[in-house]
Amino acid sequence: MTAREEILGRIRAALADRPQPAPVERNYRASGESPIEDAPLLELLVDRLIDYKATVHRATPETAAEVIAAALAERGANRIVVPVGFPAPLLAAIDPSSIIRDEPPLTAAQLDVTDGVLTTSTVAIAETGTIVLDAGPGQGRRALSLVPDYHLCVVMAADVVRGVPEGITRLAPENTSTTLPLTWISGPSATSDIELQRVEGVHGPRTLVVVLIT
Amino acid sequence: MSTYLGLPTMRPPVAPHGVGALSGDRPFPAAAKEALANDQLRRNLGAATRTIRTKRAKVVDEVPDWAQLRAAGAAIKDDVLARLDTYLIQLEEQVVARGGVVHWARDAAEANRIVTELVQATGAHDVVKVKSMATQEIGLNEALAEAGISAWETDLAELIVQLADDKPSHILVPAIHRNRSEIREIFLREMGRAGLAADPGLTDDPKALAEAARRHLRRKFLDAEVAISGANFAIAETGTLAVVESEGNGRMCLTLPRVLITVMGVEKLLPTWRDLEVFLQLLPRSSTGERMNPYTSMWTGVTPGDGPQEFHLVLLDNGRTATLADPRGRSALRCIRCSACLNVCPVYERTGGHAYGSVYPGPIGAVLSPQLTGVEYNATLPFASSLCGACYDVCPVAIDIPSMLVHLRSEVVDAKRAAHRLPQPEAVAMGAVGWVMRGRRRWPLALRAMKLVRPLGKLIGRGGRISVAPPPLSAWTAARDLPLPPPQSFRERWARENRLSGPQRQSGPPRESGKEE
Repeated sequence: MTAREEILGRIRAALADRPQPAPVERNYRASGESPIEDAPLLELLVDRLIDYKATVHRATPETAAEVIAAALAERGANRIVVPVGFPAPLLAAIDPSSIIRDEPPLTAAQLDVTDGVLTTSTVAIAETGTIVLDAGPGQGRRALSLVPDYHLCVVMAADVVRGVPEGITRLAPENTSTTLPLTWISGPSATSDIELQRVEGVHGPRTLVVVLIT
Repeated sequence: MSTYLGLPTMRPPVAPHGVGALSGDRPFPAAAKEALANDQLRRNLGAATRTIRTKRAKVVDEVPDWAQLRAAGAAIKDDVLARLDTYLIQLEEQVVARGGVVHWARDAAEANRIVTELVQATGAHDVVKVKSMATQEIGLNEALAEAGISAWETDLAELIVQLADDKPSHILVPAIHRNRSEIREIFLREMGRAGLAADPGLTDDPKALAEAARRHLRRKFLDAEVAISGANFAIAETGTLAVVESEGNGRMCLTLPRVLITVMGVEKLLPTWRDLEVFLQLLPRSSTGERMNPYTSMWTGVTPGDGPQEFHLVLLDNGRTATLADPRGRSALRCIRCSACLNVCPVYERTGGHAYGSVYPGPIGAVLSPQLTGVEYNATLPFASSLCGACYDVCPVAIDIPSMLVHLRSEVVDAKRAAHRLPQPEAVAMGAVGWVMRGRRRWPLALRAMKLVRPLGKLIGRGGRISVAPPPLSAWTAARDLPLPPPQSFRERWARENRLSGPQRQSGPPRESGKEE
């Protein structure tokens, strides 16, 4: 008997009493309740992001490129990784020589010596201040938003939802083409392991800048 | 109701004794006594648990539908347990369909063997690890070490514990028993032997310590070829796995190496993608008291060109099916390892995790560890509780720990009775008391006799209670006070105050004296 067969057999034996648990009641706050591009909703997101020590810039589609370039200049970032499929208009104000493309794919060592990374995002959850990347076009394979020390993330207002259930619905496999690897980011990394004092920035980008385009 | 199948249904085996870290070598009272004498541990732990439970209370209060989420969480997990075989098969199909390999491990030894062989197949002698309770449970690091493979912990607290050759004292903040100057010393002394050495001028400022850990570990992440992780959730419907973390070492281990091996207890499943909407609310708020933890990574099988190109999922039983077999104990398997119960437990707060002897300490450990190992190897854990019920209140999946503790206590007593040919002194004493209490005349007689002991009680007691009694009662009064026997028993007082006479003595409602009749 293989281990698989044995374990499945044990489970069936363990459930000989045939438990019939009550059906799951989904009477918690669910999807579809928040209006899109609602100003208070966006304020909530900004508020939560700032609470996590991320920096937030607001922009319109017209000003976005300038805002992004200004943020990068403020950082002094001269070598920015840009994922495949990142929208060209948003790069318009950046000096092309400071852009590093991921083609051919950069090694971890190469990523380690860049100044930062630029990505778009797939959904943002206002209540928890969470931004989700799905490794798709504009967001890049996961290493890109992980190794560099500075991450500038573009969030579109239409992608902002109120709560976790709505975020999960937006990301559901039937709503995305394949089951892509997802990274949920709620502020820069942190630890409270040393005497419970929260220290920001262990691994992962220690500086997170969000440009919210409305 | 039963069906004759022609074969006896045997209870699934428990986790093998001596492999891994599911039981200690001392009974809880002895270990606790020693832990209580450690002032620094008590101070750190007290501060830590107080801080985390305050944070937890705050973020849970914010959520208007917490009770509904909690109920849904419990119901989802009960569904998982009731159809565990179906969901595991579905999970396996989905993972394999997306390029992953699924292995099944009956117990700790088999899991260790599987993982060791997988690592050996890569030729690597070093692996990086994301914190995983399951791998601690089975003693994986030790098993790998025996095969000449170094497993480097990358969680800051686990790193501290590993460098110090210590044991974790809390599920979530394992190094809480260490203060900053100790951590600084550990880093200065040990980092060089494990990899990149710490700067000799290292201070004990938490920021500096975190920076030292970052530099030391970054080298390991960028060079690592093999990573080992656990998983917080696995979705049967899609084959997706999720790791919830704060520091980014999870992302590092799950993204940069070529080979990823994930060890996961079979109960960590969720049926559908949608179920994440419940658990990604319950877990962060219950564990670190945050609205959301900094990083959650989700992946399914292998994504070409992104992340590990070889993915192995090791499904671990190791006593979980034995736990599943007890209808009154199986809800312990709902546990999502948030540690909210640890942070509210008055016992845990004072003794810390080491005293429990198992990698699963505190309230959940007291009900899970004995079921995984069999009660005879964790016989004192169900008694390591005042039954205050705070754990039940905070558990995000509503595990009724107090009731389970009482149930397991009776299991312990039954096991002891079965293990001995002659009754033990405690059983004899309980039997004698039971005989007296059952007697219609014996019991009132015994109560009247207690009156005679009262003068002696007043001699050795004080303020209406006896704090120190001679043996055998000293075993009781070592930790509890005895009340002084009253001048009359309740029965005597009742009979006198209600002036019942004749045939009505034994029954009937009380009558106001002097009114009717």
